[in-house]
Amino acid sequence: MTPRELLVRWLSRQLPADATAWLMKSAAQVESTGKDASVYLAVSLVTRKVGKADLALSEPDLREAEGARANWDPRGWSADQAARVLLVLVLQQDPSRLARVLEQLCNSADVSELVAFYRGLPLYPDQPRYLARATEGLRTNIKGAFEAIALRNPYPSEQFPEAAWNQMVLKALFVGSALWPIVGLDRRANAELARMLRDYAHERWAAGRPVSPELWRCVGPHATGAALKDLERVLREGTEPERRAAALALRASPDAGARPLLERDAALAKAVAGGELTWERVCATA
Amino acid sequence: MKFIDPHIHMSARTTDDYERMAAAGIVALIEPAFWLGQPRTNAGSYMDYLSSLVGWERFRAAQFGIRHYCAIGLNAKEANNVALAEEVMALLPRYLLKEGVVALGEIGFDDQTAAEEKYYRAQLDMAKELDMVVMVHTPHRDKKSGTIRSMEIAVEQGLAPARVIIDHNNEETVQDVLERGFWAAFTLYPHTKMGNERMVEIARRYGSERIIIDSSSDWGVSDPLAVPKTARLMLERGISAEDVEKISYRNALAAYGQTGQMAEKDWLDPADIDQRTLFEGNSVLRGQQPRIDELQQIPDRIKDLVFK
Repeated sequence: MTPRELLVRWLSRQLPADATAWLMKSAAQVESTGKDASVYLAVSLVTRKVGKADLALSEPDLREAEGARANWDPRGWSADQAARVLLVLVLQQDPSRLARVLEQLCNSADVSELVAFYRGLPLYPDQPRYLARATEGLRTNIKGAFEAIALRNPYPSEQFPEAAWNQMVLKALFVGSALWPIVGLDRRANAELARMLRDYAHERWAAGRPVSPELWRCVGPHATGAALKDLERVLREGTEPERRAAALALRASPDAGARPLLERDAALAKAVAGGELTWERVCATA
Repeated sequence: MKFIDPHIHMSARTTDDYERMAAAGIVALIEPAFWLGQPRTNAGSYMDYLSSLVGWERFRAAQFGIRHYCAIGLNAKEANNVALAEEVMALLPRYLLKEGVVALGEIGFDDQTAAEEKYYRAQLDMAKELDMVVMVHTPHRDKKSGTIRSMEIAVEQGLAPARVIIDHNNEETVQDVLERGFWAAFTLYPHTKMGNERMVEIARRYGSERIIIDSSSDWGVSDPLAVPKTARLMLERGISAEDVEKISYRNALAAYGQTGQMAEKDWLDPADIDQRTLFEGNSVLRGQQPRIDELQQIPDRIKDLVFK
């Protein structure tokens, strides 16, 4: 099944019959008419026709989603978001038209609509087309809109050049979003990001402000030389979650000097080696 | 007590105002589309402004626990720029049926020109077709005759008076508005429009049926606490609690809630999805009653409940 077909199935399954009928009729109209106005109208009306309840998705549903589109995570999608993305996907036979209409929709979107369109990013045809829209979208001050792009969304890790990726991770820390839901966080770690994150940590320390333990996850794999001093400091002075994060980061470091630092704390070194300590655990307690 | 300010231009106000409004018990507000203080020169800037009413400003209000609704329309002043007006009219349908758009407005007359009349009528037609409530701005100059004309045109265009809120009323207009079956809103704006001692007397004389108060706070010297202050003044001066609640909360909800885009459950029992998208779990939303004496603690603004 395609993502579009899955969205139709999930919505038809949980919506009252008249809501589904309205949605299918609107989708058909959008597909057949050449007029963009019909899309705008239908998209506006979605919340009142379809409601905002979360999609009720089972484990098999999530596996099917993954099968339809790698790394697509529809957990937390609501009915109105799914319906809005569906109305856009209806145009997928004409990728130029879809891109143009989506651009207009984003330019006049309310907060809920923006979240929907950004969550749909991995599903639109001709993926590289949306890079400017995605990077522009991340400039928002509206946290929900930022997170719709950055978290649980494979689009950035697949399409963003390094500079844009790095800015996204840094901004996630700035706005207080968690890092663990960023898809591809480990795969896209790079030396420049590690440098930016270390500088940010220094800035926070100078201001007497706390540093998120998650920051060190993207530093670890590139922690050499002076970076080890940072990790040593966190290991020595940090809160429990920070110390666990520093331990994991030291373990990921390619520098020969990392292991001795880690082994100064026997308990942590053991927990890391034994596999009991993972980033998931750190984030749960952070 | 809970309050609604059904006419306020929050994009011109700071977060200090949001903090004070939330502390004073304002749970919801309506921001109607208006001009920027100087004329827009292209439709793109109008469109971006409309987007901000349903986007950034709604989000900004939410961070202080206040539910933000809006009215969308081509305002009276900019109706006079006919080229702009034509383009804006074509854009309005993209916004009018969005969630949280409670009315088409604020529309009506400013100078009472032919162009203003043309676009007022065209928007009334749109409102009728889309079954929307209308917020009417009445002119500040030549108000009495402009108000009557606004109401007559609304009826000519087929709107039911109960679906139309006539705003910026005063002692000279109120009787006509009420007699014709429209909602009568009063803007409590220091120095230039209604003062709130006068408002108390209007409530005393006419009661609370179809009477609404608002602040229309904007970039001028205006008071975003006008609604709670005036409510308190009314209570102090012997207007019944029931009437005060209607004038400062329930009537606005009834008038602007007619299309279902604004409802009490939005702030008494907000949906989880809204919490995640907009409000980030702000505790002010859970229908808590703000303490009335918090009004007294807001520095500098609250010494004197009366403004003329």
